Amino acid sequence: MIKHDNSSRELIAFRIGEQEFCVDIMSVREIRGWAPATVLPKSPPYVRGVINLRGAILPIVDLAARLGFQPPEPTVRHVIMVAQVGTQVVGLLVDAVSDILSVTDDAIKPTPDVASDMAKTFVRGVLAIEGRMISLIALDNVLPTLEPIAA
Amino acid sequence: MDAMAAVKQTFFQECEEQLAELETGLLAMERGEAESDTVNAVFRAVHSIKGGAGAFSLEDLVQFAHVFETTLDHVRNGALEPTADVMGVMLRAADLLADLVAAARDGLSVDSGRSEVLVTELTALSPGGVGADTEEEDDLSDFSFTPVTVAFDFSDAPADAGRSYTITFKPRPELYAKGNETALVLRELERLGQMETSCDASALPQLAELDPEGAYLEWTIRLTTEKGEDAIREVFEFVEWDSSLTIQASDADADVDSGAGSTEDAFAALLRSIQGDETALPTATAEIIPLPLAEEREAVVEVEAQPAKASAARNGSGGANANANAAAPQTIRADLERVDRLIDLVGELVINQAMLSQRVMEAGHVPGSAVALGLDELEHLTREIQDCVMAIRAQAVKSVFQRIPRLVREVASMTGKQVRLITDGEGTEVDKTVIDRLNDPLTHMIRNAIDHGLEKPEVRIAAGKPAEGVVRLSAMHRSGRIVIEVADDGAGINRARVKAIAAEKGLIAADAALSDEEIDNLIFLPGFSTASEVSNISGRGVGMDVVKRSIQGLGGRLSITSRPGKGSTFTMSLPLTLAVLDGMVVTVADQTLVVPLTAIIETLQPKPADVHGLGGGARVIAIRDTFTPLIDVGRELGFRNTATDPLVAVAILVETEGGRRSALLVDTIQGQRQVVIKSLESNYRHVPGIAAATILGDGRVALIIDVDTVIANSQSDATILEPVLAAAG
Repeated sequence: MIKHDNSSRELIAFRIGEQEFCVDIMSVREIRGWAPATVLPKSPPYVRGVINLRGAILPIVDLAARLGFQPPEPTVRHVIMVAQVGTQVVGLLVDAVSDILSVTDDAIKPTPDVASDMAKTFVRGVLAIEGRMISLIALDNVLPTLEPIAA
Repeated sequence: MDAMAAVKQTFFQECEEQLAELETGLLAMERGEAESDTVNAVFRAVHSIKGGAGAFSLEDLVQFAHVFETTLDHVRNGALEPTADVMGVMLRAADLLADLVAAARDGLSVDSGRSEVLVTELTALSPGGVGADTEEEDDLSDFSFTPVTVAFDFSDAPADAGRSYTITFKPRPELYAKGNETALVLRELERLGQMETSCDASALPQLAELDPEGAYLEWTIRLTTEKGEDAIREVFEFVEWDSSLTIQASDADADVDSGAGSTEDAFAALLRSIQGDETALPTATAEIIPLPLAEEREAVVEVEAQPAKASAARNGSGGANANANAAAPQTIRADLERVDRLIDLVGELVINQAMLSQRVMEAGHVPGSAVALGLDELEHLTREIQDCVMAIRAQAVKSVFQRIPRLVREVASMTGKQVRLITDGEGTEVDKTVIDRLNDPLTHMIRNAIDHGLEKPEVRIAAGKPAEGVVRLSAMHRSGRIVIEVADDGAGINRARVKAIAAEKGLIAADAALSDEEIDNLIFLPGFSTASEVSNISGRGVGMDVVKRSIQGLGGRLSITSRPGKGSTFTMSLPLTLAVLDGMVVTVADQTLVVPLTAIIETLQPKPADVHGLGGGARVIAIRDTFTPLIDVGRELGFRNTATDPLVAVAILVETEGGRRSALLVDTIQGQRQVVIKSLESNYRHVPGIAAATILGDGRVALIIDVDTVIANSQSDATILEPVLAAAG
C-alpha cells in the first residue's frame, strides 16, 4: 500500500447490487468490459471461468457470488476489475465502478461486529462518505484455496 | 559479500562455457585436427578456470588445473605429440576438471585418489617430467588472479636475465596480406625473456583516410633475454622482408629503471583504476616473478570482464590477443522470463491481427482495398516477428550433445567395450523448453546402445567387424519436428530372445505370431528388460518403456529399426517447442476443448450395435473385437448431467501414457490445429482433467484435456459401480 502525506490513500469504489465496496487502487491494474468466459470444470460457483487477457489466462471471480449475494446475469454493462492478488492476477466481476476515493486512514472505521463469516473473511473496514456506507475489502481470499477434491 | 557471491556465480557459469570449449577442442585434437588455434583455445579454457579458481581459493581445482595446463602447454609448444593415448588422458583430465568445478560449486569434494592418478599420468606425459619448476612459478604468479601485486613488484625484477635489445618493428601492408600477424610475432618474442612494448601510432591517419588494408603502426620493443640476437631474428624470420626491422643490443644494466611510460606502468595504472580502493581482494602470497606479457594481458581482461559479466567478451579470453579480432558472433544474456513474456505478447499480437482482419472483412471491405492490403502487410510483419521471437529461444542441440562424449567414455570403460561416437547435426536448433528435457532420454538411449547394442570387442572381431563399435548420434529437422537418432553398429535385436523373454514375463502369449517390427517394439513394454544380469548401467529398473513414456510426455514419438548383425537405430521425434501443441479441437456441450494429438489413435462414428451399456451409466464400445471403455467427456468434466447419445456424437480412441486405450465421446470435431500452451496455474490453480489452456483464433480461451486424468477419474468413478457390475455380470 502506498501511503501519501498524512497516510491518505486512494481507493476504488464499485457497486454490487445495492451495496458499495472499495479496494486499494494500487491493487487494480485495469478495468474492462465483460466478455464471456470459458467455463472451468469442477470449479466453485463463484468462479465464472477464464478469459484471455493479452495472452495470459485470467480467472474471473464473480464478486457478488463470492461475497454471498445473488449472482447477476452478466451483461455488457458489467465490468471486470483486473486486480493483483499476491503473485496472481484475477478478474473481479462487479456491477459498476462508481468512484475513486481519497481518504485518510482514520476515516476507515472498524468492521461492525456481525456474525457473517463472509464479512469477517473479506471486509477490512467501513467508510462513511456523504451518507453512503462503503466496505473496504481485502482480496487475499477471493480465489479458491487448493482444497482436495472430494472423491 | 553478496557481490562476491554474484561474481562467484558468474565464474561457475563461465566455467561451464570453458569446459564445453575444452571438450570440443580436445575432441577435435583427438580427431587429429590439432591446429594451433584449437590447442590455444583448449589451453586458454583450462587457464581461465585456473585463474578464476585461484581468486576464490579453490585449491583442489587450482592444483589440478595447473598440472593439466602444464601438460597442455607441452602440446602447445610442440614438445608433446597429441597421440591417441595422450588425448585419452587429456579427455579424462577434462572430465575430472568438470567434476572438480561441480564439486567446488556445490561445496563437495571429489575423491582425491582420482585426481592423484591423473596428476601422475599427466606429469608422466610431460617431457621434462615433474621438474618444470621455473614454469610452475611463472604460473603461480598468474593464477593468483590479482595482477596488481605483479605490477608493484616489477621494480624488484632481477636484472641479470641477460642482454638487453631494442627492437623497432614496422610492418608493411604486405605482411598482413600474407596472413602474418604482429600480435603473434610479439607473443612469440616475449617467450624469449622480459619485454616492454610500446606502439607508435602517430602515422595513423584519420578514419576517413584510413586504408583498411594498410599498416600504420610502429613497435618499439625492449627485450631482456639470455638468448642471442639469432633467436630474436628467428622470431621475425617470416616477416622480416615485409617490414622494417632493426635490432640493437644495449647494456642490460642501463635498462632496468628506464620503463617510464612502459606497458607495465600502463597496466598498473589500469589495474588501480579498475580495482579502485578495494584492498580486500585476495592477494597472492606466492613469490612473484615478472610475467610474460601475454599472461598479464589475459589477467587484466578477466578482471575487467567480471563486473560487466561480459561472458561473450571473455569467451574468447584471448580477446586481449589481437588475433581474436576475427568476428565471433556477439551474444547477450537475457532473462528467460522477459523472452517468454515477449513470446506471449507476440502470440497475442498474431491473434489480435487475425481478429482485426476478420472484423475488417465483416465491415464490408473487399480484398484488394487499401485497408485490406494494409492488413496483409501487417500479417506478414507479425508472422515475421513471431518467427524471429521464437528463434531467440531456439538453441542448438549442441549443448546436450556435448555431454555425450563423456558419457560414452564412462559407459565404454564400465562395459569393457570400445566405442567411437560420431555426432552429426549439432547445430540443429530447437526450443529451449525441449532442450532442457532432452538430456535424460538421450542419456538412456546412449547407455542402451552401448550396453545392449554393441558387442564386446572379441565378439565383434569374431563376427568380422572392427573391434571398435560405432555409435552415431544425429539430429535433423524433418517436417516441423526435430528428429534425433541413436544408431549403433552392434548385433541388432535378438528377436528370438526378446520374444522368449516377453512370453516368459507374460507380456505376450507364448505362441503369438508377431512380425519382426512387433517383436522389436516389445522392448518398449513396461517390465521388459533383456539384460540377463542387472548391470550398473542400463538395468536400473528403468527400461525403454520409461524412455518412451518420457518422450511421449514431451509430445514426441520413439521408434526402433533393427537389422540382425548390422545394428539398431532408435529414432526420437519431438516437436520443436513445448510452447505449442498439435491438438484436435472438439466441441463438448457448447464448450471448445483441445485433445492432444499425440494421445489420439483414431476417431470413429459409433454405430448402434457397437455401444454396450454395463449398467450404472458405464458404457463400452466395440472396436475391432475389443471392448473399450467409452468416456463421456461432457459428463466427466461436469459440463452436462445427462448422458450423450453416442449415435450423434464422435468417439476419439486415445491411448494413455501407460498404454491403456479408451474412447472419448465428444459432440463434434472442429479440426486439427497447432495451439499455444498457456498455464492455468499461474493465475489460478490446477484443474483436474485439464492440462492447460490455449487461446483460439477468435481470442477465446479453450481448455486442453489431460487425457490421462480424465480416464483415471472415470475409472475411479467406475470402481464405485463395481458391485453393480458384479451383480450384473
